[in-house]
Amino acid sequence: MIGKSVPRVDAYEKVTGRAKFTDDMILDKCLVAKVYHARIGNGIVKSIDTSEAEALDGVVKVVTFKDVPNHCYPTPGHPWSVELAHQDVADRNILTGRIRYYGDDIAAVVAEDEVTAARALRLIKVEYEEYPVEIHPRKSMWGSRPPIHLDKKDNVLARSNFFIGNVEQGFEDSETVIKRSYKTPIVQHCHIENPISYAYLDKGRVVIVTSTQIPHIVRRVVGQALGIPWGKVRVIKPYIGGGFGNKQDVLYEPLNAFLTMQVGGRVVKLDVSREETFCNTRTRHSIEYDLKAGVDKQGRLVAKDMMSISNQGAYASHGHAIAANGLTAWRLQYACPNIRGEAYTVYTNTPVAGAMRAYGIPQAAFVIECFMDDIAHEIGMDPLEFRRKNLIQGYYEDAYLKPIAANTNGIFECLEKGAEYIHWDEKRKAYAEQTGDIRRGVGMSLFSYKTGVWPISLEIAGARMSLNQDGSVQLQIGATEIGQGADTVFSQMAAETLHMDVEDIHIQTVQDTDVTPFDTGAYASRQSFVTGTAVRECAELLLEKILAYAKTLLPEETRALSLDHGWIFAGEDHAISLENLALESYYSLTNSSVITAETSKQVKKNTLATGCCFVEVEVDIKLGKIKILDIVNVHDSGKLLNPQLAEMQVHGGMSMGMGYGLSEQLILDEKTGRPLNGTLLDYKLMTTMDTPDLKADFVELDDPMGPYGNKALGEPPAIPGAPAIRNAVLHATGVAFNENPLTPQRLIKGFKEAGLI
Amino acid sequence: MYDIENYYNAKTIAEAVELLNEHPEARIISGGSDVLIKIREGKMAGTSLVCIRDIKEIQGVTLMESGDIYIGAGTTFSHITNDPIIQEHIPVLGEAVDQVGGPQVRNIGTIGGNICNGAVSADSAPTVFSLNAMLRIADGKGGRMVPVKDFYLGPGRVDLHQGEVLTHVVIPAKEYQGYHGHYIKYSMRNAMDIATLSCSVVSKADMEKNILEDVRITFGVAAPVPCRCVETEEALKGMPIGEELYQKAEELVRAEINPRDSWRASKDFRIQIGGEIAKRALIRTIELAGGDQ
Repeated sequence: MIGKSVPRVDAYEKVTGRAKFTDDMILDKCLVAKVYHARIGNGIVKSIDTSEAEALDGVVKVVTFKDVPNHCYPTPGHPWSVELAHQDVADRNILTGRIRYYGDDIAAVVAEDEVTAARALRLIKVEYEEYPVEIHPRKSMWGSRPPIHLDKKDNVLARSNFFIGNVEQGFEDSETVIKRSYKTPIVQHCHIENPISYAYLDKGRVVIVTSTQIPHIVRRVVGQALGIPWGKVRVIKPYIGGGFGNKQDVLYEPLNAFLTMQVGGRVVKLDVSREETFCNTRTRHSIEYDLKAGVDKQGRLVAKDMMSISNQGAYASHGHAIAANGLTAWRLQYACPNIRGEAYTVYTNTPVAGAMRAYGIPQAAFVIECFMDDIAHEIGMDPLEFRRKNLIQGYYEDAYLKPIAANTNGIFECLEKGAEYIHWDEKRKAYAEQTGDIRRGVGMSLFSYKTGVWPISLEIAGARMSLNQDGSVQLQIGATEIGQGADTVFSQMAAETLHMDVEDIHIQTVQDTDVTPFDTGAYASRQSFVTGTAVRECAELLLEKILAYAKTLLPEETRALSLDHGWIFAGEDHAISLENLALESYYSLTNSSVITAETSKQVKKNTLATGCCFVEVEVDIKLGKIKILDIVNVHDSGKLLNPQLAEMQVHGGMSMGMGYGLSEQLILDEKTGRPLNGTLLDYKLMTTMDTPDLKADFVELDDPMGPYGNKALGEPPAIPGAPAIRNAVLHATGVAFNENPLTPQRLIKGFKEAGLI
Repeated sequence: MYDIENYYNAKTIAEAVELLNEHPEARIISGGSDVLIKIREGKMAGTSLVCIRDIKEIQGVTLMESGDIYIGAGTTFSHITNDPIIQEHIPVLGEAVDQVGGPQVRNIGTIGGNICNGAVSADSAPTVFSLNAMLRIADGKGGRMVPVKDFYLGPGRVDLHQGEVLTHVVIPAKEYQGYHGHYIKYSMRNAMDIATLSCSVVSKADMEKNILEDVRITFGVAAPVPCRCVETEEALKGMPIGEELYQKAEELVRAEINPRDSWRASKDFRIQIGGEIAKRALIRTIELAGGDQ
């Protein structure tokens, strides 16, 4: 079953519209909540008048920051830490009178319907005292008066650094030393389903049905935010329309839980608009980098240094974990004896940055891979040759975080495949000496990526199985299907280990924290690795129990039992059908005992996936337009669990990577920090008409750490596209763009400065 | 859920005018692809609406005996693109409105709504300007005819008073016969986008004498309203067809347009693109006229 392109187990439900998403499940007449957002970027609420809103017919309740619990809580989708020093930063209230970014949440209205709620918002009157707005981390990190959060006087949320070897000596010993600065933009996940939840009280407990990647974490955070025991909270996660990390954060669930408690437990729906999703949920961090590297005469890296400054926005959310992940990437993959890295994460008056697909690595890979091309360009070496010369072949491990290692390393094979597909050598030569207004180029980039979060954070997953009367198996997991195909591959894993057909595995797709085994959820490309380990162990346990029970039904001398597609075999012989065995287990008058298995598994492993992108572009210099003629991602993600799903996952990531390279960026107003283009019209997410044919390819190595030889594939496809495109434009035009996306305006400016226009 | 106070459905032009006079606070809705967005944004929340979607008289394209083409204001973009009269006589208009948003919007949005919305980025606008279109407006009292160039008053403002309904966009015979046109929409995406800058060139070339007889160049998003490059047009008329003509078109357009600086695009950027797309559109019209360029 592993390695086969079995159809998605949810395909028919989703295609026919039968799959129930959060908004489809609200049966009773529910109340509607809307949030009142600040209209300044920094300051305090001097006064708030909600009397007119409260008087409006159909308004049930208006609450403000004065009504909510006054303690702070953390929001990121990390496992909780029992060590105080490793706990997430708690810097947020459910509503606030201290405005830290344009759009901060001040008050909320609960009304009988949506129109009434919207009308009530317009009747709320707020007076502010304004403070200067700072949207740039390089300035914000020198402090502001008052600071954005009182306990961080210099607005620096966190700083970290590392040293390997002697970097200064390395630069002295180098033949050539190169310095560059780069910057990445704020982007948004743009999952198709906006964050939505509804909440109500049941027997004095709060129930929240929400579009989330992390139901068990939502439960914990709602408990923390409201100051109620975690057992008093029940979270249900139905089918969801994408998350990409935005829903790896606790968003409006605490507010919604608070609101239902304010209206006697009636059902309250809180549906976030697209504009609010852009401004008030989470974004990808914009990070600025200063890089320096020295190479010897042969083009080998001797020393390298990275300084990065990450724009956190107004609240900590996932915080410094993103910039820190980039620092780790800086010391992996390329052989270099002397390495230094330093990262700052800085509060500013901008929308909050959190987790987004590949967690800081699209930023780091963009700058590292641009830099590698720029070094190669500077010393006149082919960029692919430069990488081959400097990449580590075979096993390597991280110098600091054990046991992070490339237990299998297919990067050279990936490069081989990519170069062959794009006709690298031929086209590098053919496009070397172009003139004219339309020019072509080929570029490439690569990455490595961890599988899960161990040892930085806890990895734990749970699975539960039971044998049905007909010999099929129920499978419950706490891990979440968020569109990536998790339910399908878990079903395949169970079927593989139990020697059954996938159709005989019935997976429970809805997570309900009252019944679902504990698992921290969908993020970090962890589930097929970590939850997969739990599913495998659970299946092994179930198999053991089935065979043990079979022994009680068979003559004593029967030996060497095995299970294969519906039959218990004794040696080569059919001994008893699984169905008959199952019936006995339920209804035997002498020894009935339903066969179940449950696992809660901590996984203390990690392994590095890798891959690359090769792309050919055509640049229309005078129109500032880039057309992608051909693009390929080649991934070493270990053994593929389901090749068709893997390909789909890569296609989706490539689309994200191209948007990051070409068109996506959230633009903020300099004076207020307000998003200027926070709509799907003005935020230029690529459409199908902008997307070329996508090619996905794989190098399949059997990784010893993965439960089925598999490594990370969920996030990596989004990483290498942007720098490959940028490097192809460098090849086509000779112009190095050091900030993504490569928008027409940025291109025209660059080409003018380079004298091409 | 949209915040709409009252909704009145008109079946005829006369009924629409009557309803608008009866309910002076009401706004016209046709396809709804602009109005519903404004209601959702809160800008028109609580409005009342007079719907003209069911009025048969203002749908479809008619070729009059005079050669004038009457396009009903309620004709959708997809109907215009697929209309045989448009395809034969003024294909540039069909191509231009085929660049609006995506298929769903083109199936619901109308040319009348596109014009009356007053947006400078409207994909129909540059071409109807370059075709010197006239607008037929009904008011229940005999109505009036306005040149499209006088209809746009400012961003989002047009010369349409309460109680008036745009019924037809009229393309006079002399304005399109013998002419070829090409529209370039410059946007950041190939679909689901509005123009960053747009240019429609309509020209008449004497291919035997190798001379550009007449040319009309209109820009969207280069000023508060769609604007003709009158000075450039005058300078180009009568010039021999060739590289010099195209160079001059590019240079003069750059000097004549006056786009704004905004977060969407800088003035410098728009000027660079403007020259380039005007040149490319002009070259295309000459190709369509049979020039080998």
